[in-house]
Amino acid sequence: MAFDWAWLPLLAHGLILTLEITVTCIAFGIAVGIVLALMRVYGGKWLSIPASIYIQIFRGTPLLVQLLMVYYGLPSWGISLSAFTSGVLALGLNTAAYQAEYFRGAIQAVKSGQLLAARSMGMNMVQAARYIVLPQAFRIVIPSWSNELILMLKYSSIVFSITLLDLMGVGKRIASHNFRYFEVYIVVALFYLALVFIITQLLRLLEKRVHIPGLGETAES
Amino acid sequence: MSLLIVKDIHKAYGGIEVLKGVSFSLEQGETKVVIGPSGTGKSTLLRCINRLSPPDSGHVWLDGVEVTDPKANINALRAEMGFVFQSFNLFSHLTALRNVRIGPIKVKGMNKDAATKLAMEELERVGLSDRADAYPAQLSGGQKQRVSIARALAMSPKLILFDEPTSALDPELIGEVLTVMINLAKEGMTMLVVTHEMGFARSVADEIIFMENGVIVEQGTPGEMFSNPKNKRTGEFLHKINELYGETD
Repeated sequence: MAFDWAWLPLLAHGLILTLEITVTCIAFGIAVGIVLALMRVYGGKWLSIPASIYIQIFRGTPLLVQLLMVYYGLPSWGISLSAFTSGVLALGLNTAAYQAEYFRGAIQAVKSGQLLAARSMGMNMVQAARYIVLPQAFRIVIPSWSNELILMLKYSSIVFSITLLDLMGVGKRIASHNFRYFEVYIVVALFYLALVFIITQLLRLLEKRVHIPGLGETAES
Repeated sequence: MSLLIVKDIHKAYGGIEVLKGVSFSLEQGETKVVIGPSGTGKSTLLRCINRLSPPDSGHVWLDGVEVTDPKANINALRAEMGFVFQSFNLFSHLTALRNVRIGPIKVKGMNKDAATKLAMEELERVGLSDRADAYPAQLSGGQKQRVSIARALAMSPKLILFDEPTSALDPELIGEVLTVMINLAKEGMTMLVVTHEMGFARSVADEIIFMENGVIVEQGTPGEMFSNPKNKRTGEFLHKINELYGETD
């Protein structure tokens, strides 16, 4: 009943693909999420409403539906994307909506006096956001953002449904060869568990590294 | 020509008129102190001058340039007007030194070395060069306010607006901030100060402006205002303040 270690190299390949997908979609999500958050907080009616609609749609529908629409649905509009691109795009668009809400909360948690002080010394809105508000918001957002990163790592497993051989996809293929579902999925689960553990530690390190006295704690200005 | 001219400023919040036509001027090197009961629009007046809260009507000129002109380069004009807040508003993620030098670097385009040198000089001026690497949360209230004055000074402003700079401080910390402000006034910095510190007003102000209910009730030299106020309300207010805060000089 022992696990057949000959499958290990294949699983390692799957692991690498899982990491590639997670890192790419998270990076995409950070970029789009920050833009959406800025639109919601500072954009006025004309920018904040479209951003809200986007966030509502992507948070309000199942990720699997979004993924299948991108991979199987878009070709009927003449847009055919590779499985990898589809997976990263769907996951990226989805996590962007969640990250936007985390960033929005963090931006709003930066005291209003900070922006006021920046503007009063002659910074324009872009400079004030870039040099004063966002550096503080990034530090505030780390704990909640960490959850999103861990969730995305695990959610990325759904890309097996569009033929990708990520950690989950490889596991499924192995299991359907040797019918040892239980052993195989336990090994796959342990891989995810180890990844989550490592990432959690790295994020803790990051949090410590960028920590500034009085920021993110409940301290006054 | 006056350095700062404020003419007939009106400002309402939610239908309530906070400023009902305020006019005065400030000469180069002059210190004027604005006093008056809470809620009479003193802080709003300061924020109208640099347009942090744009006035509904009226005009402001700084050194001949109209601040209230919609086409004015407001960021460039704000860079010439320091603003010191009651609640300090030091940038929480930056050390004292970086708080002071970020304006010169990002707004005025100064290179980093020159800005660092300048920032150290300004910290020295407020007696805090030894706290250059401290974050705001590691400073006392008085120290925070002195850093925020250094931050304003580093921009080489034409004037500095002070919005109740000592009101958020514990009594024993007020003195260190006032000392810095008194020295600035002596060095010829142009200052407009909203405060309840009558000792400061009496000893430093070239003129005191008494505001109530959105208008200037009376203005004059400290001598006139304290010993012989023309308006009954001015006398009552000064008497009350005296009872509350006591003589501070």
